[in-house]
Amino acid sequence: MVAPALDAAIAANRFGLGARPGELARIGGDARGWLAAQLAGGAPRLQGGELKGSADILSQAVQLRRERHDARATGAAQNADVAAVMKIAQLYRPIYVNETNARIGEALTTERPLLERLTYFWSNHFAVSVDKVAVSGLAGSFEREAIRPHVLGNFTDLLLASTRHPAMLLYLDNQISAGPNSQLAQRAARHASERRFGINENLAREILELHTLGVAGGYTQADVTSFAKVISGWSIGANRGALAGGSPGQFVFRPEMHEPGAQIVLAKRYAEGGMEQGLAVLRDLAQRPATAQFIATKLTRHFIADEPPPQAVERLARAFHDSNGDLPTVYRALLGLRECWTQALAKFKTPCEYIISSLRGLQIAENFADQARASFALLGQRIYAPGSPAGWPDRSADWDGSSAVMKRIEWADALGQKMGAHRDAAQLAPEWLGAGMSAATHTSIARAASGSQALTLLLSAPEFMRR
Amino acid sequence: MRAIRRREFLSGAALAAGSVLFTSRIAFAGSGTRPRFVFIILRGALDGLTAVPPYADPNYARLRGEVAVAAPGAAGGALKLDGLFGLHPSLVFLNESFAARELVVFHAVASPYRERSHFDGQDVLENGCARAHAVQTGWINRALATLPPDHSARRGELGIALGQNVPLVMRGTAPVASWSPSHLAALDEDTLQRITDLYSTDPILSQRLADALATQSVADASQEEAMTGAAAQDSPAQLLARREQPKARGAAPYKEIIHATAGFLRSDDGPRVAVFDALGWDTHANEGGAQGQLAARLAGLDAGLRLLKEDLGPVWRDTVVMIATEFGRTAAVNGTRGTDHGTAAAAFLLGGAVHGGRVIADWPGLSERALYQGRDLAPTLNLHSIMKGVLADHLAVPARALDTAVFPDSAAAKPVPGLLRA
Repeated sequence: MVAPALDAAIAANRFGLGARPGELARIGGDARGWLAAQLAGGAPRLQGGELKGSADILSQAVQLRRERHDARATGAAQNADVAAVMKIAQLYRPIYVNETNARIGEALTTERPLLERLTYFWSNHFAVSVDKVAVSGLAGSFEREAIRPHVLGNFTDLLLASTRHPAMLLYLDNQISAGPNSQLAQRAARHASERRFGINENLAREILELHTLGVAGGYTQADVTSFAKVISGWSIGANRGALAGGSPGQFVFRPEMHEPGAQIVLAKRYAEGGMEQGLAVLRDLAQRPATAQFIATKLTRHFIADEPPPQAVERLARAFHDSNGDLPTVYRALLGLRECWTQALAKFKTPCEYIISSLRGLQIAENFADQARASFALLGQRIYAPGSPAGWPDRSADWDGSSAVMKRIEWADALGQKMGAHRDAAQLAPEWLGAGMSAATHTSIARAASGSQALTLLLSAPEFMRR
Repeated sequence: MRAIRRREFLSGAALAAGSVLFTSRIAFAGSGTRPRFVFIILRGALDGLTAVPPYADPNYARLRGEVAVAAPGAAGGALKLDGLFGLHPSLVFLNESFAARELVVFHAVASPYRERSHFDGQDVLENGCARAHAVQTGWINRALATLPPDHSARRGELGIALGQNVPLVMRGTAPVASWSPSHLAALDEDTLQRITDLYSTDPILSQRLADALATQSVADASQEEAMTGAAAQDSPAQLLARREQPKARGAAPYKEIIHATAGFLRSDDGPRVAVFDALGWDTHANEGGAQGQLAARLAGLDAGLRLLKEDLGPVWRDTVVMIATEFGRTAAVNGTRGTDHGTAAAAFLLGGAVHGGRVIADWPGLSERALYQGRDLAPTLNLHSIMKGVLADHLAVPARALDTAVFPDSAAAKPVPGLLRA
């Protein structure tokens, strides 16, 4: 039987973002109750006066692209191209800064850290990356508009919202995907137009592989191709140009780009129905057992252990399936798993988790967002910049390379030196680690040569590197 | 010369069985006789038909339309390799290397993986098995584990991953290091000692910390050598001239990594095998042809490779660089002027130790009937065979180990012979 005091440390670290001073005391003997209460409130919205909607941002970007197009028409193409790209970067940079500031600020102060963790989990599951310039101004609004409203909702709604968000359509190239027999493609062929239209299967493949069934979920290349045809015409609105139509910067279904006719996906026939055809496929995908299994495996790997215990995965998959993807039901099943409360510190923190837990523990929130953002990049996890549509990897071996560990210690030391005069590591250690603190860490901090060294040692302690 | 060395090694091993020190000294002593291997993973699936256009294939222009790379001689045309293949016009250094017989170009190659997931494809490229997630270790690490301990390598680490973390291909029981540039201040000795003590009962963290410190000392030494070596003796004008050489331009994305890679490999007691990633090859839309998105990436890679040769200096002649990707892309252009996930691709073997100036390809053609599943370039050569050829002839990994431990159950994939200079 595990002591209740360890339960509090597990709740704050495994399921939270690290304990702020006083948090473990507030959790007290009711760790499960503390977590369950976080699921009871509304969706984890992110507030901030400076945050703009994606439609707004895209309208501005479209305007800049048009200027480039016009400049091209009048010659001086190359310089105009460079200038336009610079302008897009200039437009997107402050948006990225505002979004990440708001996200970091929320993480450092929230009383519902479980919901931030779940937001990060889903944001990473439906990953978009600012590595692609077109997405760099939209990743924050994607998370706020498509992920956060559904974190406490149903998986089907989450899937529909993320698939139709402009950031996802742009990231995986679906906004220009047109059926080979669509009106647009036919018209272009009739007029011997220079521009050819056709299918781009990127989004369709990644929905099957990464968002729903998983790579072993039993689909074939033919399913990918058919599904790509099903969602051809899922695009973004614009008010001028060849693809005018819809509200600028918002999801639009373009019938003229949609491949007509019935399609067979995973042995089921979907009759022609415009956008409804795609919605029907997505709803069915969300309900398939392979999806329940895939999501359950990822959740278990994220919250429990690199190699998820099969019986834990089974339980979550059943909760997912039996509730038709009701996410709070799945989370409650997760929190009820015995494995959550017995195998402490099984995961090596990601750089994100490490930085946030350090700053939360030190109660640094004011005027620190710029340095925090730089820290993410330094430790190898620039915010909203996973290297691929698979999102950030989620096993210890992906994060605990020797260079990564060394860098983390160097970062800890820099923070220790900065804050050593203002924080007492000996007092903070039990506030962060509770009953999870080892005797070695206790002794090491007690014997430190200085306050800053003591803080460096606390931030470097094995039980603080893990969760 | 190399063959003689290999024979020496073999006879040495036979004569002095059990005398590990003796064999390793013969095989590897001195910077001039230690083979170096660099594996560069192009993550995202390189379009082999643009990187190495089969310009004379009658179906190539039809499939690629406006983005087909033109035949050699035409404006923006391919750089001619032979009567069928050319190099993309951005690959200027690779073309020079081909002429200097330091480059082998492979085409229509693939790992055993036949689906189209990047992540599983990369897993197979790195795990050296027939399927994804078969094991949690990589073929390079398992190859290193078969080698006799190299007493000139500090702490016995023969491999290094350039990056904060170790990619699958380098993971396993053989000790390997990782390195990435740090802009943070180093810790003072006392604090470092206390953290070392604090980690003493944590097997993973103590190992990582020890590895990082060992790597750091090699990095420091190679930096020192660079400071006191030839580079430091150049006049300011020479330095400036070198920096402004146009050929180095475009290497920016890989510059820091390549300087570091070369530093480690040049070092007498550093690692012999290095691995790093090059990202951004997933060209689903607006890929471009002779110019454009992919052309710019290829130019960056090409400039990076030139830099690697320059930085390695005399060690280049002992070096083999393998460049491979998880799979190729569709033979035809898709509806958004890009290409989707495919099957066979091109691969490259580069370096002073390579028996180059050759294209190795059993070309299946691009006719509708020849395409794999009616859409992709069909594979005719297993990437494992190339890897085996390099490991056998360059690093002297025993044949039996190649068929079992390094590439499990792979006896059917014979090593490609003669990839190295005799």
